[in-house]
Amino acid sequence: MEKLLNWVDERFPLTASYKAHLSEYYAPKNFNFWYFFGSLAMLVLVIQIVTGIFLTMHYKPDAQLAFASVEYIMRDVDFGWLIRYIHSTGASMFFVVVYLHMFRGLIYGSYRRPRELIWLFGVIIYLVLMGEAFMGYLLPWGQMSYWGAQVIVNLFSAVPFIGGALSEWIRGDYVIGDATLNRFFAFHVIALPMVLLGLVVAHLVALHEVGSNNPDGIEIKKLKGEDGHPLDGIPFHPYYSVKDILGVVVFLIVFAAIVFFAPEMGGYFLEANNFIPADSLKTPEHIAPVWYFTPYYAILRAIPPLFGSQFPGVAAMGVAVLIFFVLPWLDKSPVKSIRYRGPKFKIALTLFVIAFVGLGVLGILPSTPTYTLIARILSVVYFAFFLLMPWYTKNDSTKPVPERVTQ
Amino acid sequence: MKKLLFLLLALPTAAFASGASVHLDHAPVNLNDQESLQRGARVFVNYCLSCHSAGYMRYNRMEDIGLTEAQIKDNLLYAAEKPGELMHVAMRTADAKSWFGAPPPDLSVITRSRGADWVYTYLRGFYRDDTRPTGWNNTVFDKVGMPHVLHELQGQLVPVYHTMQGEDGKPHHAIERFELVKPGKVTLAEYDAMVGDLVNYLDWMGEPAKSKRMTTGLFVLLFLGVFFIIAFYLKKDYWKGLH
Repeated sequence: MEKLLNWVDERFPLTASYKAHLSEYYAPKNFNFWYFFGSLAMLVLVIQIVTGIFLTMHYKPDAQLAFASVEYIMRDVDFGWLIRYIHSTGASMFFVVVYLHMFRGLIYGSYRRPRELIWLFGVIIYLVLMGEAFMGYLLPWGQMSYWGAQVIVNLFSAVPFIGGALSEWIRGDYVIGDATLNRFFAFHVIALPMVLLGLVVAHLVALHEVGSNNPDGIEIKKLKGEDGHPLDGIPFHPYYSVKDILGVVVFLIVFAAIVFFAPEMGGYFLEANNFIPADSLKTPEHIAPVWYFTPYYAILRAIPPLFGSQFPGVAAMGVAVLIFFVLPWLDKSPVKSIRYRGPKFKIALTLFVIAFVGLGVLGILPSTPTYTLIARILSVVYFAFFLLMPWYTKNDSTKPVPERVTQ
Repeated sequence: MKKLLFLLLALPTAAFASGASVHLDHAPVNLNDQESLQRGARVFVNYCLSCHSAGYMRYNRMEDIGLTEAQIKDNLLYAAEKPGELMHVAMRTADAKSWFGAPPPDLSVITRSRGADWVYTYLRGFYRDDTRPTGWNNTVFDKVGMPHVLHELQGQLVPVYHTMQGEDGKPHHAIERFELVKPGKVTLAEYDAMVGDLVNYLDWMGEPAKSKRMTTGLFVLLFLGVFFIIAFYLKKDYWKGLH
């Protein structure tokens, strides 16, 4: 056995990689609840890829056959219903996990120097994930799939001058049709997953290069013991591998409860209208995107049109997502973690969370003048959190950061 | 702060609830009642399947609700030759369009898009309306294209209007109650029970794997529960040396 291992190690850094990334990757010992979501996101990615492969074996990316093939999977394929529900639940749970993972970054300053690149890779992952989810949602070819895609692709036609041509180029037709379904299928099952996997590798390589942040926002590499390992660090394996298994089990309990007992999740994970086959002549009364896009959809609707053009709303929606890229350079606070930050940041973050959740709720609801007003206020709060950050973080009253991590 | 968050979270449910402006009766769905499902299947095949397809559903799937292949073949197979076939209709889409204005929708997953309560209320909500080409209207689906196929059973309901002052100051007619002017073959209570069976069947047909899903789910959760205990003590054991 050892001989075999030596043979491999001389040709491939197996033992070295195992040590570098697992048994001798030193992670801070004070990880809390919020640190489960990174490994959970990877778990969901694997779940989505595996169930997706099995769905692809039975699904037909054809406007005439797509809806029926999904019902065929639900009825005639052995455990097809289970595979499909795991995949549809996985899509929503991916965003639950990613949003919580991003929130962890916000509260503990994980995007700060020297981890800016980890954050940037993460934001790109988030963007690609949005594309992946959006294109995947068209595939069941139900009414919401169809009209959701119609609304979103139409956004591109609001771009001045080239808009019309641009949206036509995306659809491959004048309306969402067979051509759109085929290309979205190609992107959903091969192009974007490949990009996603590459980005996840980059995200992890960058993380393991600089080391993990922690709830105290302290660099554990600054204080090393005589053995050269950080005093506050513990090897990822076995400590965090066994801890993450516990997190995985709890997550799977929640996941299974949804898959087996509430796969539609009250219409939030699978919308009732999507059990009606796509019909290009019948617009549903109320088109709402799936819950994970609703904060941005609310921003889009909140911004008033300019000279009859919807472009300002579309641009605001785009900026609302892209603004996460510059976060590392907006934060001027001398400390990273919320534990040692002052009241200004805490208030700003609280308002931001309220704005994000509130916009998410408003994006689901049909718009009324009152809701539009609230959405406008919350949109301002959303952007103010980022744009005013250099000021409120610079002169906030921070607490002294301890030398060693606290438990 | 917590109150506000709660309010924000409670909002969408409230809005969805208010979206249905018509009162819906609660459908007596019970997927464990095989006799009700079988009665519903018979009603479905006899009355619905002449115009509405259930094109994703195979006849022999009804073995799941306690019918044998021979029973399906002898009693339910009018529009098909083999029990393995899908429940299609003979009517051509173009004909259906010219007769009813729109082709009758496929009913395979109708309770998943409309909800069982809606279908239950709809099938009991037909009333006479001479302004409609079919002579029928419906309480939950105004100006519906479908005639009251089951009127021989239910009888004919005629609305009694009452006039009330609208918000705009003009008088409005609103339906106060219904009168059974021509009794059907069965009593209204029997009719309700029959529609209940039918909706129960439709709900089952919307997701035939539902019962299996729930029982599988119990075993999965049980397994994960045991796994949790093991994982919990495993973590505790590994971490006890740390301080």
